[in-house]
Amino acid sequence: MGEILLSVENVTKSYGKNVVLDDMSFQVRQGEVIVVVGPSGCGKSTLLRCINALEPIQSGKIKLNGEIVNPDGKNLTQLRQKIGMVFQSYDLFPHLSVLNNIMIAPCKVQKRKKDEVQKEAYALLERVNLKEKADSYPRELSGGQKQRVAIVRALCMHPEILLFDEVTAALDPEMVREVLDVILGLADSGKTMIIVTHEMQFARAIADRILFLDGGKIVENGSPEDFFEHPKTERARKFLHTFEFNRIKQVHHSECEEQNA
Amino acid sequence: MRIDVLINYLPLYKKAALLTVRLGLAGIVFAILIGLFCALIQYFKIPFLRRIVSVYIEISRNTPLLIQLFFIYYGLPKIGIRTDAETCGIAGLAFLGGSYMAEAFRSGLEAIPDIQRESAYSLGMNHFQTMWHIILPQAISISIPAFVANVIFLLKETSVFSAISLMDLMFTAKDLIGLYSKTTESLFLLVVFYLIILLSVSLLGSLLERRLRYAGFGS
Amino acid sequence: MPDLGLEVLFKGKNMVRLLGGIGVALKISLIAVVISIPLGILLGALMTWKNRGVRAILRIYLEFVRIMPQMVLLFLCYFGTTRAFGWNLSGETSAVIVFTLWGTAEMSDLVRGALISIPIHQYESSEALGFNRAQTYLYIVIPQAIRRLIPLSINLITRMIKTTSLILMIGVVEVIKVAQQIIEANRMASPNAAFGVYLTVLLLYFLACWPISLLAKYLERKWR
Repeated sequence: MGEILLSVENVTKSYGKNVVLDDMSFQVRQGEVIVVVGPSGCGKSTLLRCINALEPIQSGKIKLNGEIVNPDGKNLTQLRQKIGMVFQSYDLFPHLSVLNNIMIAPCKVQKRKKDEVQKEAYALLERVNLKEKADSYPRELSGGQKQRVAIVRALCMHPEILLFDEVTAALDPEMVREVLDVILGLADSGKTMIIVTHEMQFARAIADRILFLDGGKIVENGSPEDFFEHPKTERARKFLHTFEFNRIKQVHHSECEEQNA
Repeated sequence: MRIDVLINYLPLYKKAALLTVRLGLAGIVFAILIGLFCALIQYFKIPFLRRIVSVYIEISRNTPLLIQLFFIYYGLPKIGIRTDAETCGIAGLAFLGGSYMAEAFRSGLEAIPDIQRESAYSLGMNHFQTMWHIILPQAISISIPAFVANVIFLLKETSVFSAISLMDLMFTAKDLIGLYSKTTESLFLLVVFYLIILLSVSLLGSLLERRLRYAGFGS
Repeated sequence: MPDLGLEVLFKGKNMVRLLGGIGVALKISLIAVVISIPLGILLGALMTWKNRGVRAILRIYLEFVRIMPQMVLLFLCYFGTTRAFGWNLSGETSAVIVFTLWGTAEMSDLVRGALISIPIHQYESSEALGFNRAQTYLYIVIPQAIRRLIPLSINLITRMIKTTSLILMIGVVEVIKVAQQIIEANRMASPNAAFGVYLTVLLLYFLACWPISLLAKYLERKWR
C-alpha cells in the first residue's frame, strides 16, 4: 500500500442538534478501495459530501495530501479537481451533449487544450463502451449509460481519489451490473476510491477495506472477509442479517400444522 | 367595407404599427435586463437589495400600466423628472415588464436541482463558472415559455400608449373613427395589424420553445 | 420639501370622489368575475371533450380573445356594435361585456390547464379501484384540479381589476377620469396636483390588488 492520500481527523458534522458524523477518523492510502456500508441515515453520504466540501463540518479536519479541505478555503476549486465525485441521481448537465458534459470542466476549469481533452474523452468513452453516444444528449441515455458517462466525466479531470455515492441505487436492476463492472475495472487499474453502496456482493468483491458506519460512528473497520464472515459487533450482524431471507413458506406451513394440531 | 378606404388608411396603420413594435421591443429589452438583474438578486438572496426588489415587484405587478404611465408622464414632471412621450412609454413598459420577467427567470433558476450546482462544484468549477456554464443556460431554457408569454403580454399592453398621445395603432384607429367615422374599416385594420404583430411573435415564440426544450426533459 | 400637490386630496370631497371612481372600476370587474368564472369552468370542461367541432369553435373564440389587446376588444364592442347592429351600448355595458368575454376565455384556459395537469395514472388508478367515470371526477380529479385552479383564478381577478383602468378610453367616468377632473379644477391653486393625485390613484389600485395577490400566493404555497 502506498502513502496516505486522504485523512479524516476527528470530524464532527451536525444539522442543528442532529449529529450525523460523530468524531470520525480514518485514513485512505494511495490505491486503496474503501467501501462504506451501513443502515440508511448512518451518515455515509454525508461523509462523502463533507470530503468534497459540499457540506461544512463543525469540527475536525479533512486533509488531501496534507492540504486541508474546507468549504471556505481559497484553494477549494483546486482541491476539488483532485477529488472526483459521482452522485446517486444521475447528475449529467441536461443542456450539454455527452462529449461536452465530459469536456466542459477540463476545458473551462483546467484550461487544457480542447483537442487533447477530446481525444481523452473518446478514449474513456470507448473504455465504458459508449463511444457511439458521444453526441447524444443525457435524456437519450438509459440510467446505466448516464451513470457511466458521469464516471467518465469525473475521470477526465484526472482526480487522485474518486467518491461514489450509491451510484447504482437509482438504477433498474439489469443496469446495475454495467456500472459496477466499470468501477471494478477502475479498481483493477489501481484508482483510489471511496464507495458508498448497498450492493453487498459488490462490496465484498471490490473492497480492500470495509467501513461499517452506524449512528455517525465507525463501528467496524476491517477486511471484507472479516466483516462479512466474522462481524465483531452485534450491530454489524444485525445489519448483515437484513440482506438475508428465510424461507417463509415452510414456516407458514408448520404454523398451520401447529394450529391444526 | 370599402377597399379604397382600406388602401387609403394602410400607410397610416403601417406607420403606427412600426411605432408600436419599436417602442414595444425597446421596452421589452429593458424589461429583460431589469428582470435578469432582479432574478439574480433574489436567487442569491442578496441582503437589502432583495427587499427593494420584492417591493418593486409587488408595486409593478399590482398596478395597471395605464396608471403607471400617467404617473410617469404627468406626475413626475412636477418633481422635476421630465420625459417625452416615447421615453415614458418605454420606461413604463420596462417598469411593468421587469417584474414579470424577473418572476419568469426566478422560477427558471429555482427549477434547477441543487445536484446540478453540486456536481459542477465537485468538478472544480467556481461560482461564476457554475452559474455561467451550468445554471444560467438551463434556467433560461426553462423560462422560455413564460418569457414568450410575457413578450406577448407586453406587446398587448402597448395598446395603452395612446393615452399619452403616442400615435400607435389604437391612437390611429380612434383618430380615424373620430374624424371620418369609417368605423368598420378602421377597426378591421386595427385587428388585422395586431393579429399580424402578435401572431408572428407567438409563432416565433413556439419555434424558440421547440429549439430550446432540452432542459425540460430531465437529466 | 417640494410641493407634491397632496393638499388637493383633502379639499372638499375630492378623496371621496376618487374612491367613488375606483368603486366604478371594481364594480365592473366584480360583475365580470362573477359571470366569467362559472362560464369559464363550463367552457374549460368542454375543451377537454372529444368532440372536434365543439373544440375547434371554442378554440378560435378563445385564441382570438386572448391574443387581442383588451383595449382592441373594448373598441370593437363600443364602436363596432354601433356600426354593425346599430346598438348604442354605453361604455359601462361594453366594459362588462368585454371583460366577461375575456375573463371567460382566460378562465377556461386555466381550467383546461388544471384538468390536463392531472396525470393520466390518477385516472387509471381510480378506475383500478373501481370508481366509475363520475366518481373519478368527483373524488379524484376535481379536488386536485381545484387546488391548482384557485390560486390562478384569484390572480385572474387582480388582472381583471387592473384591466378596468382601460375603460377610461371608452369614456366611462371612473377613477382616472375623476383624477383628471380634480387636477383640471385645481390647476391654478395647486399646479402640482398631478403628482399627488396620480400617486393616490396608483396607491388605490395597489390597495385593491395587493391583498388579493397575497392571498393567491399564500394558497399557492399552501397547496403545492
